[in-house]
Amino acid sequence: MQAAMARAGLEDIQRKVLEGQRLSGDDGLRLYACPDLNVLGHLANTVRERRHGDVCWYVRNQHINYTNVCNKDCKFCAFYVRPGDPAGYTLSVEDVRRRVEEQIHEPITEVHMVAGINPRLPYEYYLDIIRAVKSVRPEVMVKAYTMIEIAEIVRVARKPLEQVWADLKEAGLGSLPGGGAEVLSDRVHDALFRLKQTPAEWLDMARSAHRAGLRSNATMLYGHVETPAERVEHFLKLREVQDETGGFLTFIPLAFHPENTEMPEHPPTTGIDDLKQIAIARLMLDNFEHVKSFWIMVSPAISQTSLWYGADDIDGTIIREEITHAAGARTPQALTRTELVGLIREAGRRPVERDALYRPVARQVAA
Amino acid sequence: MIPAGDGQQTGDGGTGGSLGRRAIDAARETMERGGRLSSEAALELLGCHDLPALGALADGARWKLWPEPVVTYVIGRNLNYTNVCWVRCKFCAFYRPPGDERGYTLSRDELAAKIQELVDLGGREVLFQGGLNPALKLDWYLDTFRWIKSSWDVHLHALSPAEILYLAHISSLPLERCLGMLRDAGLDTVPGAGGEILVDRVRAILAPGKDMSGEWIDFMRTCHRMGIRTSSTMMYGSVETPAERVEHLDRLRRLQDETGGFNSFIPWSFQPDLTEMPGTPRASAFDYLRTLAVARLYLDNIRSIQASWVTQGAKIAQVSLRFGVNDFGSSVIEENVVSAAGGTHRMDIEEMERLIRDAGFTPMLRDTNYRILGPYRRPARPALPAAAAMAADAPARSRAPGLASPVN
Repeated sequence: MQAAMARAGLEDIQRKVLEGQRLSGDDGLRLYACPDLNVLGHLANTVRERRHGDVCWYVRNQHINYTNVCNKDCKFCAFYVRPGDPAGYTLSVEDVRRRVEEQIHEPITEVHMVAGINPRLPYEYYLDIIRAVKSVRPEVMVKAYTMIEIAEIVRVARKPLEQVWADLKEAGLGSLPGGGAEVLSDRVHDALFRLKQTPAEWLDMARSAHRAGLRSNATMLYGHVETPAERVEHFLKLREVQDETGGFLTFIPLAFHPENTEMPEHPPTTGIDDLKQIAIARLMLDNFEHVKSFWIMVSPAISQTSLWYGADDIDGTIIREEITHAAGARTPQALTRTELVGLIREAGRRPVERDALYRPVARQVAA
Repeated sequence: MIPAGDGQQTGDGGTGGSLGRRAIDAARETMERGGRLSSEAALELLGCHDLPALGALADGARWKLWPEPVVTYVIGRNLNYTNVCWVRCKFCAFYRPPGDERGYTLSRDELAAKIQELVDLGGREVLFQGGLNPALKLDWYLDTFRWIKSSWDVHLHALSPAEILYLAHISSLPLERCLGMLRDAGLDTVPGAGGEILVDRVRAILAPGKDMSGEWIDFMRTCHRMGIRTSSTMMYGSVETPAERVEHLDRLRRLQDETGGFNSFIPWSFQPDLTEMPGTPRASAFDYLRTLAVARLYLDNIRSIQASWVTQGAKIAQVSLRFGVNDFGSSVIEENVVSAAGGTHRMDIEEMERLIRDAGFTPMLRDTNYRILGPYRRPARPALPAAAAMAADAPARSRAPGLASPVN
């Protein structure tokens, strides 16, 4: 490995990693320019094992995408339809309750709710669907609403943001997912998702959530028009907010899926890019506890491999994911716990089931 | 704080455990002093989990054999001339027994159309493989080969040990004689298909009707002595033990020491769906990459190792370029089974080149004997349809019958 490290010219970065020093933006660019996947993996794995040893976290959760109606017109999205489109759907509060009841036999610990921005939905709806989940399963953690949805909720609430956080928490909101960040670059924002919050607004909203005592995740939608420099910029911005608040739990790179989007000619991400993205995130985001490989996005094969390239979390036995599958994902929509745990063990990692806040789930597991 | 995991321990976590690290360090020392990996060392490496370390070792071995940052591929076409086969291998989803109404044998017109299309796209490698069809006699093969070679400038990468042994048998000819006649009719090289696992215990379970391991090895030795080069393969992930995988590699390495006749090694995983063993779990990407790395280290006398994107999908096939693979195989031209009338076709050259470049290598065309020909240039005619992306994650298993035997 040392010979490869020298060939790649990354010995100074390796020294920093071993000494626990922070990597610079220039370091990040050099990591992206390095074609030797194993050198990057070795460095990232050093950090990963320092934090998590041989543990691989997973969760059992249910996804509820409560509406596909959205007024943001993001070019990379295959899931949304515009308001008024007959293909649009919005789950009623009762529908959400029923979705949860349908899976009542599944031992989940988390309900993940994200969706489009449907301007017709009133403030109470957002509180009521959380309450609906909690009324059926009071014990599960509701992880809901990206910063984009929060902005919409604040708009329809006509209340100060602090009051909205208080209302959401009272309704039962436990934490926030990391979507909507896309690429924290003004250029990419203007090119692909200009109707959404700007990068600065997204980061401010995350700060505010953290100050309100809510943990959130952070994502990056990569593999479309962004440059390596913009990926690095994204990491630096997240790292800065995390220094301030410590509120981010997990970083999750999301691979762009071109099918059915406005960019169908764009090729899908490659396996090496998927793994590099995990590894460089692990190296740059030194103040993030977790880096997750979301198998729905990159395939179970890449997620399994990523457990040696910086990832400590493989998400979980997701029930009914719809957003990525609308963009042509050929991954399965669910993995059984046995399959998931088998992939983790085969990679020489120790599976630990977690809840939304990474508390190990103690369970009587039937052998 | 690191919590206890659920269920049993893996026993070899962290950096691969001290056992894993020792095995990797020992292998590195062996490589550095130019030594040869022992079977014991290979078996220990097959128990290691540190993928970047294994990958780096294999990558090092790859650069010694291929000092240029080049990944090769060939433009070829699978001609699965018949799907009729009486052997009934349990792992095969392609064959139809004699008498089955879904059986077919391609006519000359069908063969001609497919070969012409390959040639029009700038390809030369015809992978001519089918089944053990009792209706086809040696003369059919000799006539077909002569006709192909006199009609097109192509390379016939043809048949498999099982097919040729069967032909020799039904023709009551010694193998050398049968091979000589096929060669004189136009056979250039023989794919190493049917290698499966060269251990009789495994072969007796998987394919009791097929040649045993000694026969397969003897067949290859005969080819090599006659100057007919072949590839070699391994189908892992069915019922074999790790020690049996190593034994397989060892038999290949020993024969290669003797003859030098193997052009390449191509491992792929057993594909349980649609076979008679559907309950077998599919071997994982982790297993593929580790097996590949160990094979690259062990087979120091076989220069080329080929990725199997058909079984692993495009993503892991690309990652394999950092685990000892220097060849991306064949950009298969497939029939579009959906649009029979229009005869539309797709080829994956653009996608293959994109994946190779993205991995940091320069794509180069090669011939069937792995000689580098140069960069791909589109022929002037005909207009090519846009390259269709390979399935990003799911192995491209269930597409056309042409892909049922992922053999190069």
